[in-house]
Amino acid sequence: MSETVATQVQTFTYDEPHPHAFTRGEVGWLPWLEPLPVDELTDRHYDGLVDRARASSDYFRLLARDPEILRARTLVDKDIFYNTAQGLPRAERELAAAAASRVNGCVFCASVHARFAAHFSKSPEFVDALLADGVKADLGERWDAITDAAAALTATPIAFGPAHVTRLRATGLDELEIADVIHGAAFFNWANRLMLSLGRPVAPPDQA
Amino acid sequence: MTTPTVDVVDTLTGAAPDGVVAAVRSIRPVTREQLQASYDALFDPVDDAEFSLTERLLVAAFATGLTGADATADLYAERAADADAGAASVIASLVAEAGTAGPFGRYREEGLVGESADGRRFSVAEGARTQLGDRLAAALEHTHLLVYRPREAADAALQRLLDAGWTVSGIVTLSQLVAFLAFQQRVVAGLRVLEEVGA
Repeated sequence: MSETVATQVQTFTYDEPHPHAFTRGEVGWLPWLEPLPVDELTDRHYDGLVDRARASSDYFRLLARDPEILRARTLVDKDIFYNTAQGLPRAERELAAAAASRVNGCVFCASVHARFAAHFSKSPEFVDALLADGVKADLGERWDAITDAAAALTATPIAFGPAHVTRLRATGLDELEIADVIHGAAFFNWANRLMLSLGRPVAPPDQA
Repeated sequence: MTTPTVDVVDTLTGAAPDGVVAAVRSIRPVTREQLQASYDALFDPVDDAEFSLTERLLVAAFATGLTGADATADLYAERAADADAGAASVIASLVAEAGTAGPFGRYREEGLVGESADGRRFSVAEGARTQLGDRLAAALEHTHLLVYRPREAADAALQRLLDAGWTVSGIVTLSQLVAFLAFQQRVVAGLRVLEEVGA
């Protein structure tokens, strides 16, 4: 019976334009599968969403179909990126996220985290170089060490090794900051795979 | 859900109690707890009606095996074998034949077509498909896509899962599972290097 029901379900299709390339513009995202309707959200789903405002997002209401993993994902995400009392500055956590997204090819994730990296670093020109030229772009030694480490961690098989740690340390990162690079890049190997596989990016309104 | 007494990432990194990894993880208790909570949510689920625990472990063994022969892959291979030794053995042979390097894939974005890269794609051969069933075979093909060429993921890939009997909610959990493992395996790999290099 479940098979009968399942074969009736179809993925959504859209006519909206794709982004042209990586960009700091406001890339949109459309789900290929049906998010939970807002009027079907229960306390268990809101618990998974963590922030009630996320109920307005198709992406989070689609993920709310499995609330327990969404909740843990959301809390680990927030701690890795927003808990900046100690450790790596926010700009460089966002840089690691943008670099991982650039390597995997997630135009949506790269746009969001490139905007954050540009905002917090006040160096939009370097962020744009990463988007345009990829992780081989020359961003200065400290940022190159971070993007190189993020890329190595994003490769399959995983290519991160002692030389990456040594290089990060040589540019002034301590162990906690290196662990923050590891977590930030690794987390985007989770986020990119969700965003890329459950829906598609849409060109920013001013670039369509 | 059970309360874990063992933190999986601590176990997999083999971190010494007085080592670098134990020290940095103690400064990030929320990350540590929620990484473990993610593992628990997926492998000690409230409800596994749409994606059984045994299927989860078999998919996990395949995903982590493709990513690398390391401590994380060993954990899931063992857990899969405990859950279904026959299917786990088929999956172990699929890991050996399906391994490649990533991320690669064709870009849909016009300005990125020049960066498109080709690589080895995978479909479950008839013999293994008969042993594992169409539903699990479809999940393994989707897993290979997510592990190596996530930029090529498309609506057609989700339609293949729907056609093989997966529900929308089951697909969400399958996607979370493979994507979470990409994170967990990389955290472990990264922290092992940090521990090895030392303070």
